[in-house]
Amino acid sequence: MMNYLDFEKPLAEIEGKAEELRALARRNEEMDVEAEAAALDQKAAEMLRELYRNLTPWRKCQVARHPDRPHCRDYIEALFTEYTPLAGDRNFADDHAVMGGLARFHDQPVMVIGHEKGHDTKTRIERNFGMARPEGYRKAVRLMEIADRFGLPVITLVDTPGAYPGKGAEERGQSEAIARSTEKCLQIGVPLISVIIGEGGSGGAVAFATADRLAMLEHSIYSVISPEGCASILWKDAEKMREAAEALRLTAQDLMKLGVCDLVVAEPLGGAQRDREAAIHDVGKAIASMLAPLKEASRADLIAARRRKYLDLGSKGLAA
Amino acid sequence: MNWITNYVRPRINSIFSRREMPENLWSKCDSCGTMLFHRELSDALNVCTNCGHHMGISPRDRFTALFDNGVFTEVPVPKPIEDPLKFRDQKRYPDRLRAAQKQAAEDEAMLVAEGEIGRTPIVAAAQDFGFMGGSMGMYVGNAIIAGCERAVATKRPFILFSAAGGARMQEGILSLMQMPRTTVAVQMLREANLPYIVVLTHPTTGGVTASYAMLGDVQIAEPNALICFAGPRVIEQTIRETLPEGFQRAEYLLDHGMLDRVTPRGQLRDELISITRMLMGLAPPVAGDLPKPAPPAVEAPTPETETPKAPSET
Repeated sequence: MMNYLDFEKPLAEIEGKAEELRALARRNEEMDVEAEAAALDQKAAEMLRELYRNLTPWRKCQVARHPDRPHCRDYIEALFTEYTPLAGDRNFADDHAVMGGLARFHDQPVMVIGHEKGHDTKTRIERNFGMARPEGYRKAVRLMEIADRFGLPVITLVDTPGAYPGKGAEERGQSEAIARSTEKCLQIGVPLISVIIGEGGSGGAVAFATADRLAMLEHSIYSVISPEGCASILWKDAEKMREAAEALRLTAQDLMKLGVCDLVVAEPLGGAQRDREAAIHDVGKAIASMLAPLKEASRADLIAARRRKYLDLGSKGLAA
Repeated sequence: MNWITNYVRPRINSIFSRREMPENLWSKCDSCGTMLFHRELSDALNVCTNCGHHMGISPRDRFTALFDNGVFTEVPVPKPIEDPLKFRDQKRYPDRLRAAQKQAAEDEAMLVAEGEIGRTPIVAAAQDFGFMGGSMGMYVGNAIIAGCERAVATKRPFILFSAAGGARMQEGILSLMQMPRTTVAVQMLREANLPYIVVLTHPTTGGVTASYAMLGDVQIAEPNALICFAGPRVIEQTIRETLPEGFQRAEYLLDHGMLDRVTPRGQLRDELISITRMLMGLAPPVAGDLPKPAPPAVEAPTPETETPKAPSET
């Protein structure tokens, strides 16, 4: 059963009708509905193209949060071999909102780290909806240190609504943990590639996405605050999230213009959730293409160039 | 009757009207409600003389009290491009910015200065909560970078007073990018082996806490300052339970190992002098006020590491 977003409702109707027709035909062999069903399919395909041709920023937020999108776990399973999860921050706990470990990417050993949101109620709760606690960031710091010492490139997959706003998380130093993770990203002398595969929510995302090269999926977002949060503060009305999403310029396309994002990875028509395999495959290609030119760079050059990139960021605004 | 209406009544009225003080001479403590006379309050660095509550203080007032004889030189901050996103909510961002500039009589939410404290040369930056909630945008990022670069160039410690509601939403992702940018600045200090001391003041929250404000070598906070990543209201909405008394306040963070010290504003200057001098390997500070024309005998034993004053162009 597919999950449809609110703006996909008309599409859901047509696709549902085609599905119904075919189900009818399966039960009743004399019936020939293929022509009719095919016409509906075509209509649906056209509508899909139309809907996704010019997604508004708010609709992009909805697609970025789509429950059927491939998540970190799916990418790791499909793109990496010998994935060996490493757990724990050695201080307090293992945060299941952050997964990571050793793996091979095209046979090359790497360290892969990412936020995992979970795919059903049970795993979503276990993963805390991809909202990391300090332990998660401290685990990431530990993994990045290992990568740095043994010369392994780091690949991060970002998909989080934000860092977890909870009592325990605050008591254990949520802000310090995020700050240290961002700092570690800027310190390691190995290539650091990041891909925003869904939501890049504020500081919780920065802690992983401060990279040599940052790619974003076509319908992913990266923002200082959620559109709902921004709307409730600046418009004093959380329902103004459409306006806020527009104003914040949080789409991959706008971030490309601002120089924050280096590469936009096209998604299959109708979003990554409609053809997960193709989306995952394309992300793999993007990682390989971003990693290749960095392989020869020296430690010092990598660190210096990464710092320069961030120091120069934003100097040109939308004209970048 | 004439004598009363023509003479006594005007006299009585004039006494009462004279008692009506201009409002700005008195302010009310946010915490205990005591009326505080302006001169008394500014002498106490905006700390309530009755209950010790720390109220906000502008960067300029703080620096005047911090630097020796109130003398400091502003470190120039490169201006970023204005309104990079052409942001508009209910108001246009440039209009909000203009209003804040007029109200605060400052260009932006951070002031960077160099000078001496207890004859110790330092570079300092202070965030202005009165300017759009002290929010961290590109200017604040530039200010911290400029301050750190100046500290590295002159081999001085860097002291930062934080106060902010977080990142400046009107600059969108570019405000968020100040987290890595300012982190790079802090790394410059670290590589040059210069002390980075953070004084967290009320309130310091969000992306500011999650970057430069939590990366100090020594972390000091003013009493009762709210210091957090997610504010108490957000947390209460998320977990739907009431938070303990004093949650996310300076003392609470000290208890949870997130700070080195909680120091009242009145004692900060001496403490900062002491810490920076020890970290820089300088001789103990001379207690009390030095005589105006400093006798050479006091100057002599201080080691050479004390860099000469390098007043820069403003």
